[in-house]
Amino acid sequence: MRTVFLPSAILALAFFTPAVSQAQDDDIDALRAAVAEMRADYDSRIAELERRLAVAEQNAAQASYSAQQSTIAAAPSTGAPSSASNPAIGVVFQGQARQTDASGGEEEEGYLLGETEVIMQANVDDKFRAWLTAAIALEDGESVIEIEESWVEATALPAGFGARFGRFASGIGYLNDKHSHQWDFADQPLPYKAFLDGRYFDGGLQMRWLAPTDLYMELGGEVLQGEGSGSGLESSSLFANVGGDVGINNSWLAGGSYLEIDDSTSVSVAHFLWKWAPQGNWRQKNFVFQTEYLERRDAVTDKGWYAQAVFQPFQRWRFGVRADELDLDSDSNDPSRWTLMMDWSNSEFSRFRLQVARDDDGTDTSNEWALQYIHSIGAHGAHEF
Amino acid sequence: MYKKLQRTLLIALLATLPAAANAELNVFACEPEWAALARELGGDLVEAYSATTALQDPHYIQARPSLIAKVRQADLVICSGAQLEIGWLPALLQKANNRNVMPGTAGYMEASSYVLRLNATTDLDRAKGDIHPQGNPHIQTNPHNIAVVARVLSDRLQEIDQVNSTYYDEYFEKFITSWNEAVIEWEERAVDLVGRRAIAHHRSWVYLFDWLGIEEVANLEAIPGLPPTAAHLGKLTSEFSAGGADVIIRAPYQHAKPSEWLSERTGITAIVLPLTVGGTEEATDLYSLFDDILARLNGTINDD
Repeated sequence: MRTVFLPSAILALAFFTPAVSQAQDDDIDALRAAVAEMRADYDSRIAELERRLAVAEQNAAQASYSAQQSTIAAAPSTGAPSSASNPAIGVVFQGQARQTDASGGEEEEGYLLGETEVIMQANVDDKFRAWLTAAIALEDGESVIEIEESWVEATALPAGFGARFGRFASGIGYLNDKHSHQWDFADQPLPYKAFLDGRYFDGGLQMRWLAPTDLYMELGGEVLQGEGSGSGLESSSLFANVGGDVGINNSWLAGGSYLEIDDSTSVSVAHFLWKWAPQGNWRQKNFVFQTEYLERRDAVTDKGWYAQAVFQPFQRWRFGVRADELDLDSDSNDPSRWTLMMDWSNSEFSRFRLQVARDDDGTDTSNEWALQYIHSIGAHGAHEF
Repeated sequence: MYKKLQRTLLIALLATLPAAANAELNVFACEPEWAALARELGGDLVEAYSATTALQDPHYIQARPSLIAKVRQADLVICSGAQLEIGWLPALLQKANNRNVMPGTAGYMEASSYVLRLNATTDLDRAKGDIHPQGNPHIQTNPHNIAVVARVLSDRLQEIDQVNSTYYDEYFEKFITSWNEAVIEWEERAVDLVGRRAIAHHRSWVYLFDWLGIEEVANLEAIPGLPPTAAHLGKLTSEFSAGGADVIIRAPYQHAKPSEWLSERTGITAIVLPLTVGGTEEATDLYSLFDDILARLNGTINDD
C-alpha cells in the first residue's frame, strides 16, 4: 500500500509544483528517474510473473499431453510391419502374358499365372525373427506349394554378427536373394537362369558380420546342405559386400562371392550397383545401373554377364534396358539378348510392366513380348538396397 | 582359391576391428529434427547423425549401405515412428546386426509414441492411400511435442550412458527452460493466425495447425501419398476461386507445380514451409525452424 502511495504522491508533486530553482529541478529529475526505475522494476516483475505463469501452463499442457498418451506409450509401435497383426502377412500376385516368334522355343507362351508369393514374418521373441515365403504356383494344371524360404534369424548376437538358419536364398551375388517381385525385368538375366537355375536356394546356416565403419563392409559365409542326396552340408559359400554414398545424390554397392555347390561345381559372382536420385529423394526421379559377372566351373568354365539401367524420369513411370550374354565352353553358340522394359506403378503396391526382348541364341534371333503385373496386399517388408 | 579367399577375408575383418572404439554416444536419427534435438540434449557427449535431409521425403528412402553402416555404429536410434519409416528402417535394422538398437531395447525410440497422435484410424483400406493406422507421424511441427519428446530422449540418453546422467539432466533443464520461453514468444506471434484456413499439399502439418488454431480446409493430394491429380486440382479450383482459404502450403520436397497451379487460378498465396530443420536456409536448428515457420505464415497474412 505504501509503495503504491509513494510513487503517486511523488508524481503529483512532480506535475503540479512548478520549477522554482535549479536545485529543485535536479531533485525533481532525480525523483522522476527513481519513479521510472520503480515502474520498470514493477513491469519486469509483472512480466516475470506472467512468464512463470505461462511456463506453468505450458508444463501443465505438456503433462496432460503425456498423460493422454500413457496408454499408447505403454505399447509403443515398433515400426515393424507386423505391428498391426502378428505375424505380418503379405501376398504378392504376379502373372504375365508372353508372346514369342521363336520357332519351337522352349519358353512357354500365352498367359502364365506367375508365382503367388505368400510371405509371413514376425519377431519370434526378443532374440529371434522368422520368415516364411511360400510360392503357390500352377504346374501342369496342378497347384503346387513350394517352400521358397523358411528361416529363423538371430537378432541379438553381439559384435555385429547376424545368423540365419533354415532354408533361404543364398547371399551370393546381388539378385540371388531378391524376390521376383523386386526384379526390374519380367525375367532373370541369362547367367542366373543358366548357372543358378534362377536363384540358388538351399538349407543350412548363414553367418554375416558387419564392420563398425562408415564404409559399409559386410562379410558372410554359408554352410549349406547342397543338392546332392548324400551326407549333406556339401555346399558352402563366402561373400563380401562394400558400399557407400557419393555426395547426397549417389550411392553404390559392390561385392564378390563364391559358391561351392558340390566338390566339382562352383559359381563365382562379382556385382556392382550404382543408384542416383536428385537430393537422395527417391520417389520422383531416380536411376539405377546394375551389373553382375558370373562364372560357373565344373568340367568346363562357363561365363556370363548382364548389365542393366533403369530410369524413372517422373513418379510412376520407369524405363529400362538390359544386355545379357553367356560365354559357354560347352557350346559354341553363345546366347545373347537385348531387353527393353517400361513399367507403371499406381502406388508402391501395384505395377504393370511391358517388356520386349531380342534374343540371339547363337544361330537364330527372335523377339519376345511380355506383359506383366505385380500387385501386393497386406504387410510388405521394407526392401533392401 | 577358396582358402585364399578365406584368408583375405579374415585379414580384412581383423583390419577393421580397432575402429569399434568410440567414446561418444552415436545417435542415429531418422529425421533432422531428432538429430537437432539430440544435439541440444547431449551437448559434446552426443554425435548425432540424420538419415534424411529436410529436402527428402522420409516416407521414401532407400535402405542405403551407408545408412546400414551408421545404424551398425549407433547407440541410439530415434525416429518419428507411426510407420513413417516403414519402407526402409526395418531393412536397416535387419541388416545392421546391432542388438543395442533393436525395437524393444533402450536404444530404440519412436518419438510419436509419446505424444498425442492425430488422425489415427482403424480403417486400413489401402484404397484410401497411404494409411498410418497409428496416426499422423509428422509430429514435429508442434513445439509442445518437441518438449515431450525431449524428456523421453533425455531419459534414454541417461539410461544408455548412466555415468553422464547429471550432464544430460543439466542439458535437459537448460533446453526445456529456453524452449518454453521460446514457445510463449511463438504463441504471441501467432495470435493472428488463429482461424486462418490452409490448403496443404499432404497432411504434413496437422500438428502445426492444431497448435496454432489453423483450419485445414483441403489437401492437394486427393488420396494421401499419391500425387495430386488434375481432376482433384480442378475441383479445388472451383471450390476456392471465390476465397475460402488463406494459404497453400507445401514442404520443400513436395512438387511445386500443383500448389503453384492452384495458386495461379485462385489467387491464394502458395508458400513453402520448412517441415524440419534444414528445410529452408533460415531453419538451421529447432528454434529457427519455428521462427521461420511463423515468419513465413505471418508474411502471407500481412500481404493480404
